[in-house]
Amino acid sequence: MSIASTSVIQIIPRTRRGVELLLLVIAIAVSVAAYVNIGVTVQNAVPASTGYYAAGIGLLALIAHLALRYRAPYADPVLLPCAVLLNGLGVAMIHRIDLGLAIVAEARGKVPKGPAAPQQITWTAVGVVLFLVVILVIRDHRRLQALTYTAGLAGLLLLVLPLIPGLGVNLNGARIWIRLAGMSFQPGEFAKICLVVFFAGYLVVKRDVLTLAGHRFLGLDLPRARDLGPIGIAWVVSLGVLVFESDLGSSLLFFGLFLFLLYVSTERAGWLIIGGLLFAGGAFFAYTTFGHVHRRVTDWLDPWAIDGGQVKLGLMGQSWGGILGRGLGQGHPEATLYAQSDMIISSFAEELGLTGLIAILLVYTLIIERGLRTALGCRDIFGKLIATGLAMSFALQVFVIVGGVTGLIPLTGLATPFMALGGTSLVANWAIIALLLRISDQARRPQTPAAPVSDDTIAMAVQKA
Amino acid sequence: MSELTLTLIKLGFLALLWMFVLAVLSVIRSDLFGAKVDSRAAAATVPQNSRTPKAAKPVKKRKGLPGSVTIADGPQAGVGASLGDEPVIIGRGSDCQIRLDDDYSSTRHARLFLSEGQWWVEDLGSTNGTYLDGQRVTRPVPAEIGGSIRIGRTTLNIAK
Repeated sequence: MSIASTSVIQIIPRTRRGVELLLLVIAIAVSVAAYVNIGVTVQNAVPASTGYYAAGIGLLALIAHLALRYRAPYADPVLLPCAVLLNGLGVAMIHRIDLGLAIVAEARGKVPKGPAAPQQITWTAVGVVLFLVVILVIRDHRRLQALTYTAGLAGLLLLVLPLIPGLGVNLNGARIWIRLAGMSFQPGEFAKICLVVFFAGYLVVKRDVLTLAGHRFLGLDLPRARDLGPIGIAWVVSLGVLVFESDLGSSLLFFGLFLFLLYVSTERAGWLIIGGLLFAGGAFFAYTTFGHVHRRVTDWLDPWAIDGGQVKLGLMGQSWGGILGRGLGQGHPEATLYAQSDMIISSFAEELGLTGLIAILLVYTLIIERGLRTALGCRDIFGKLIATGLAMSFALQVFVIVGGVTGLIPLTGLATPFMALGGTSLVANWAIIALLLRISDQARRPQTPAAPVSDDTIAMAVQKA
Repeated sequence: MSELTLTLIKLGFLALLWMFVLAVLSVIRSDLFGAKVDSRAAAATVPQNSRTPKAAKPVKKRKGLPGSVTIADGPQAGVGASLGDEPVIIGRGSDCQIRLDDDYSSTRHARLFLSEGQWWVEDLGSTNGTYLDGQRVTRPVPAEIGGSIRIGRTTLNIAK
């Protein structure tokens, strides 16, 4: 049978790269405006480095945009501009706190520390390079499915890397950094990506067993006891991270991520209840057993008890900011400990107020929404699960850190994506955005029907079988 | 610098920041809206075409042979096949000319074929049935321009 006569009629979906370019221009304009604004209010002049800053961010964004134009033309038009805006604003705020710290050091007659902003720009460049590598090398995200168990192993190795004596270092009470060639890295940030790939690949294969086998109890579909293995392992590993690395945030992130993906792939609420109970048990155990967890909780319940506490100063800064904020360069975010990293959200709330903070949170929400939208549009389950996992890792991370800074939940040391000072986190987030864009390119690309099979091919296949 | 200038700069920056957020929101809105336009355009062609056979049904029956069949809505909207001489099989299987991504359709669900100078729709023993203009297809029925075939949750339009 010949099918040459049946041609395919198709409406051509729009690539929307032009819209992306326009949004990028606005994002860069906002970042440069923030930089100039800070210079004008703190130093009373447009800073001489404005040109370098604008050219640097503009060039990096342009390179990423061109890579998408050539290698992922149907990718989502919103993700890249949002990432560029958050990164640009983060660098501007880090620069602003650099200036504030220098003024404080000068007033006390000390030598100021070296500025952190140029370092952050360098890391942004590294992040964009990794972004390009992911876009150019991974042409089809489905290939990653072959690496399911490799990714799982790599993720576990990266997780335990800081525990190796001589390599791992203990900073600020948490053992999540490693020191290599004079620089420190947070391998957990990359473990996150590897584990999302592993969870997705694993659940694609196992989800039917996890969904269908089981029994009803109290109106809930509960899984069989033997299927509880994976969730048990995820729980033990995340608890291990908590116990041996004292890292509350990552532990919460990994367990939450696994639980979300399990729920999304099986559509069974029973998992959420089991996971929730396991989490509550683990959290209570950690609270009663470990001093640092206990301290975090008491600091959350009564932030005013500690003089000069991180949470307390952050909350005071936020309340001083009010609805419209002090204005960029007119607050004192540098007074808070870790104002450039953990507490950067509170620095923004102080200088941009609730109005600015809501805008920033909306940009995060948009990234998460586009990630989930990509998952909905994606045609294969593996891609759906990866996109969901990456979007949820973003959501969990933003919730945990912003919730901690604003006093909703105990503060845990997770990096604010794209904004906080810290190279590894920034680079890993650029890789996440690249992966999401790659999947969204696949999801939004016009659908080509499968090549029609001729009778001869079928006959051959039958003969072979 | 005066207090007023600083306040103006502050408010100006917040306005710029919100402008970005609103711009992104409008892009997403037009993304959704764009999809709506497509289905409306597809729907608009239906009454236009159904008018043609109504006006000149007895005369045009030979001349106005359907030329294509296209999925009308959903993520696969626009996918279709032109009706030449060969039969067109619709279903989930990879050997179908129109391959549906619809859990409610069978592997080989329905067939359109040319016979006696006319196109016919035939159900290939599907689980959930084939409907032409709301009527279940139990034996081959003539397919005319403007007709719509429903298979599972997918609707296909027959056009010139």
